[in-house]
Order: sequence, then C-alpha cells, then structure tokens
Amino acid sequence: MHAHGSNFDEMFDDGGQTRPAYAEYCRWYGEQPGEWLKRKNREADDAFRRTGITFNVYGENEAEERLIPFDMVPRIITAAEWRKLQRGIEQRVRALNAFLYDLYHRQEIVRAGRLPERLLHRNEAWLAAMVGFTPPGGIYTHIVGIDLVRTGPDEFFVLEDNARTPSGVSYMLENRETMMGMFPDLFSRIPVESVSTYPRRLARSLAACVPPAYGGGKPVVAVLTPGIYNAAYFEHAFLADQMGAELVEGSDLRVVGGRVQMRTTRGYQPIDVLYRRVDDEFLDPLSFNAGSVLGVPGIMDVYRSGGITIANAPGTGVADDKAIYSFMPEIVEFYTGEKPLLPNVQTWRCVDKDSLAYVLDNLADLVVKEVHGSGGYGMLIGPTSSTREIAAFREKLVARPANYIAQPTLALSTCPIYTRAGLAPRHVDLRPFVLVSPEGIDITPGGLTRVALKKGSLVVNSSQGGGTKDTWVLKD
Amino acid sequence: MLGRTANGLFWMFRYLERAENTARLLEAALRMALTRDVVTAEAEWRSVIATLGLQRPYEAIHDGYDGLAVWNFVLRGASNPGNVRIMLGSVRANARMARINISSDVWEAVNANWMRLDAMLARPVGQTMVGEVLGAIRRAGTQVHGAFDGSILRDEGYHFSRAGTFIERSDSTARILDMKYFLLLPSLSYVGSSLDSGQWEQVLRSVAGARAYNWLNAGQIEARGIVEFLVLDDRFPRSLAFCRKALREDLTELARMHGSEGACTALMHEADARIEGLTVDQIFDFGLHEFLLDCLDRNMAIAEAIAEDYRFHA
Repeated sequence: MHAHGSNFDEMFDDGGQTRPAYAEYCRWYGEQPGEWLKRKNREADDAFRRTGITFNVYGENEAEERLIPFDMVPRIITAAEWRKLQRGIEQRVRALNAFLYDLYHRQEIVRAGRLPERLLHRNEAWLAAMVGFTPPGGIYTHIVGIDLVRTGPDEFFVLEDNARTPSGVSYMLENRETMMGMFPDLFSRIPVESVSTYPRRLARSLAACVPPAYGGGKPVVAVLTPGIYNAAYFEHAFLADQMGAELVEGSDLRVVGGRVQMRTTRGYQPIDVLYRRVDDEFLDPLSFNAGSVLGVPGIMDVYRSGGITIANAPGTGVADDKAIYSFMPEIVEFYTGEKPLLPNVQTWRCVDKDSLAYVLDNLADLVVKEVHGSGGYGMLIGPTSSTREIAAFREKLVARPANYIAQPTLALSTCPIYTRAGLAPRHVDLRPFVLVSPEGIDITPGGLTRVALKKGSLVVNSSQGGGTKDTWVLKD
Repeated sequence: MLGRTANGLFWMFRYLERAENTARLLEAALRMALTRDVVTAEAEWRSVIATLGLQRPYEAIHDGYDGLAVWNFVLRGASNPGNVRIMLGSVRANARMARINISSDVWEAVNANWMRLDAMLARPVGQTMVGEVLGAIRRAGTQVHGAFDGSILRDEGYHFSRAGTFIERSDSTARILDMKYFLLLPSLSYVGSSLDSGQWEQVLRSVAGARAYNWLNAGQIEARGIVEFLVLDDRFPRSLAFCRKALREDLTELARMHGSEGACTALMHEADARIEGLTVDQIFDFGLHEFLLDCLDRNMAIAEAIAEDYRFHA
C-alpha cells in the first residue's frame, strides 16, 4: 500500500534539513567514501550469512533459510522521545497484565459493561484451563513486543500488541553487534544506549518467577523450541545460548513426579521456568491439540499445581487479537485509571453493523485485517488492491464480519535506507521489547525497527520482503 | 547436558569425520587412477564404491566404473542417501541442534564451510573441479577441528564430540584396510610379498599416513609394516590403536564426570584387552579380515552403549 500525501521522515524535515537527532550521523556519513560504504554494505550481508542469522521460509517445495535483509543506516530516537514512549509502553503493558488477570478471574471489566462478553468466550485464544488460576508471580506476559508506528513528530500509535511469543529480539541484538563491528568509530562519536544486556535481563526476569515447587539453588530455565526447522529457531538457540539456559524440544521433556523434567545425560532433571516458543495449542497434547508432538503431555496439570512456570502464560493470546485491540483504550483506562499515553490506530469493528457498512463503502481506502491473523497474511490493503481482489475480499467480509477489523491507511514515517544510488526513504515501524517480572517492567531502549525495502511499500513483515535496521536511543 | 544434544554433538563429529575420510579416499583413488592403466583405474574406482558399501545403489544406475561417475555418485548422487553433500548437511543440522553447546567459532566454521561446499556440490563435479572440491572438504574438517580445539569448553560435550570422531575414524581406517586386504591378499601366502606396493601406498594415502609411514620405515612399503602401522602404532592419529587410546580417554573422563561407569566403558575395556600387547603376527594368524570385522563390531556395540548410557534417545 502507498501512503497518502506526504509522510513524516525520521531523518529529514520538510525543508530537507537534517533533524538534530541525525546531525552527527549525517556528518559522519558524508565523510565516508562511497566505495567504502558499498563494500561495508556487502560485508554486512556476509556477516549475517556466516553467523547463520536466518529464518526459515516455507515455500512450495522445501523449507529454505533466508536472511532478513539488514540496512546499515540506523534509525535514531532522541532521549526525550524515548522517555515518552517508555511511559506509554509501560502503562499499556501494566494494563495488559491486569486485564489478563481479570479475564481469568472475576471479569470485572465485563461486569462493568466495558467489554462485551462474547469477545472472550468466542475467542479462539481463550483457555478455560486458566480460569481461576494465578500464574507464579502473578505475571502473564513475561515478554511483550509492542508494535509502534509514527505519523508525525509527536504522533506515535500502537499498531499491535504481541502478548504471545513475540519474536525479533535476536535481530535487535545482532544488528547492534554488526553495526559496532563495522563502524566502531560511529559509536565513539555518538553516545547510544546499549541493548546488549537484554539476554541477562531476560534471564533475571524469568528466574524471578520461579514456581512454588522450586527447590532452591540456581533456577533451571529452559527455552522450548519446536526444533531446527522452525522459522525462528535461530532466535531460540541465540537466546538460550546468551542466557545460559537449556534449549529443549518436546521430545526432551516428560512429566515425572509432578514436575516437568528434561532428559539429560544424567537422567531427568526438573525445569523451573520454561520460556516456551511454542503456541498454546501445541503445548499440551492432553489438554489441547492431541496430535501435537511439540509439547509435553500433562504440562498443564503440572502448571496448575505449581510445578513449573510457563512464559508467557498459556491463554495470553486472548489479549492480543485485533478485536480486543480495538478496546485497548478502554482497557488501559479501566485498569490504570489513566488516559492512555499511547493512542491506538482508529479501528472499525466489522461485527458492528454501522462499522461494517462504513468499511464496505470504503474498502478501497482501508486496511482490513483478520482478527486472529498475523505476519501480514490474510489482510486486504485497499489502496494497492485490484477491483477484483477487493470484490473477493468483500465476500469474505460479508460472510464473517466478526472475523475482521478495518483501519485507515496510515502515512507511516520513513527513514532512509542505503542503496547504491544513495539514501532513499522507506517506511518503518518499531517493536520495542518489554520484560515483565514481579520486580517491575523493563524496556530495552529502542527495539527492532522493521523497514519495507520496496519503494512506497508499507508492509514491513520479514515474511513479505521487509528488512531491519539498528535502532538507536541517544543518551542525554 | 541434554541427551539429545549429546547425540547431536556425537553425530555432528561422526559425519564430519566421515565426509573428510570419504574425500581422502577419493583423492587417493584419483591419484592412483591417474598414474595407472585403464584396467587398474577401473578396479580402483570399484574398490572405492565397495569400501563405502555402495555397490548396490551404484550399480543400479551405472554400468561401469569410471572416475567421473564414481566421485559424482559418492559426493552428490541423488540415489545415494549417504552422499557427502548430505553428510555435510547433517553436520550442520546437528551443529544447529547443539548450537548452544558449541562455540561461535565452531558454528561459524561449520556454517561457512557448509555454505561453500553445498554450493559446490549443487552442480556436477567435473574433472577440473574435483581436486578443488575434495581439498575443500578436507579443509572443512581441519577448520572445524581447529576451532573446536581452541574454543570448546572441556565439559562432557567435548568428550561426546571426540568419541564420535574417533569411533568414526577407526571404522574408516578398518574399512579401508579391510578392502585392500581382500583385494590384494586373497591367501595367506601373499603376506610378506611386495605384490603391488602402489596399492599399499594408496592405502596410506587414503588415511593421510604416507609421509609418517615412510619416515618411520625408511620407505619400505610392505603389507606387514603397513598393518602394524595402521593397527598397532598409537603414535599415528588414524591408526586403530590411536583411536582406541583417544576413545579410552574420553569415555574414562565421561565416567568420571558422571560418577559411574556404564556399559560402554565395560565394552571399551574388553576391546582394549583384545588389542593390548597384540603383535602383527598374531593378527595375521587370526586373520586380518576377521580381526577388522571384530573391530568394527565392537565399535558399533560401544557406540550403541554410549547412546544408551547417556540417554541420547527417549
């Protein structure tokens, strides 16, 4: 889809002047010989390939490993901008956890008439097994990714909350490593907030949520991966490695004596905290998808009886589908008693008759998304779709209106990328990563900037040709 | 460490060793074929396929034995499920699985070599390329072992990796020796003769032992000396005795770390007792072929016991 009208550029103002945050970077850039930059650009690609930072794509034939393209021009955020974002994100994540607790307990928000009940019980991510249960430390979403977009100097919107198993944090870390390796002089000239402590903070955050059955000593933390063919396997291995945690698959695990235990060379050993990168429905074949070989039979019983901590808690997905998203302003207000600091993107819920009528009349200008969809699939981008595509989508929409929401086509901000012809503006978003533990909410400065590499495109998803950038938060 | 990860390390190094040994075997055959007549060359390529146990799948698609067909089949043959390209893929898949138990140096050595070799082996390997390809496979082994020695924590993973290496290596040396023994010494009366020193030199080359042997034996090539060298000389890193000694160190260390000796340690002691103090005459009396088969059987039993003792599988 193409942005309408002019959009906000992160690096240059409307008069073509460099914004202050980028001043020193642009000075540096201007000093670098063109040929040298070209060579560096190729080097970056080789570095990523060699270290194996890939994700798997399932094409028509077999699984193929691809690189997420890396762009070497950083996205820069000032300290003041970041402080504002930080407050808004913290407020939102606090509300998300309170909301999840409430949903699986007294449902005050429904009783108060602020959220329709049908949104919960017809929600595919709703887990009856979680009702009345409080996870260790009271934490539901240990790791959250909040997707932000920008449309103006002070206009940031939350596009999506990722409360299940947000991915991409390994790119945030590797992008920085790569940048520091390639351009050490840049970091001596410009003071940038470090991101490298994330794995340690994640480890600490997880260890702070040990279950009642924890027997003392160093808490045993393990990352549960679907295996080496999973799209995000690199990240699972990366995080386990950096945290000093075990990397386990379902076949390594078994319930023994009321604990989930992993098969080591010395026999079975209990796990205290499981950072699972496996979806709810595959987690326990006894409770959910009986055919799953990715999970652990009986883990839900162990969980409910206090034998293990699962991060994120099962059933958190109920808070991040797009129908719930549209209620986030009410949710934030209900649980924090404050006005939301970060606004939502305007959203029409197609389940409402009036909204549906409006959406059907304006399909060519809107973005329509599936309530449970993700990864940029199953959506209609009105402005770039053909009349035929729109007509086909209209049928789906009329058949199951409750399955869709619609949003205006936003004029996403742009940030220049490096091309052989020089800097060229491309649309970006931002996913900061948030850790939640009983000790508090911890947000790593910056996050992952995703960038649509095609000129004019607004789709930043890596599965659809998006790339990433290093994201800098400047020190004061 | 997880049992599955220990299994991953064990097999990562077995496949790496197997790929390297296969490349050496092909290199030696290539050299042999270049310096001999057509009939000998054909026999040489036939023996490569036989050593690798690939007669059936090879003959299913080829009528005769020539170098181009043989090395392409061994390196990348679509109907050869154990081709070198697949071995290298298995090295990488196992390394990925055990990613958190190997260092970045080892992983990058594996990954970079795999990227290059997989691309090289994606197309048929012609006469002009084969030397380069085989050299690159050998160097992949060297680089991974170099990174491994310099950067791996000496914990149990280190010993599982080495156990895989030495079991595979001693299997490979035993197979190569056995094949040539069969071809060249059909009856005991030949033992001690210098029937074809070129063939024996070729055996030494396939295990990278020509230089060491010549240095130790002043260039005297004869079957007995070579058997002694490849079976009993524990100074040569591809001899059966050396591999036994190394495996003994690793399994002993694993038993110490785990505080108990498993079935694999007992089997290893039995195998050691078999070879301890043995002379080359005794081996010939027993029958070299029978002796080598016994070594292969014992190795297989030890490998299975390791997998069982250390819970490689659920």
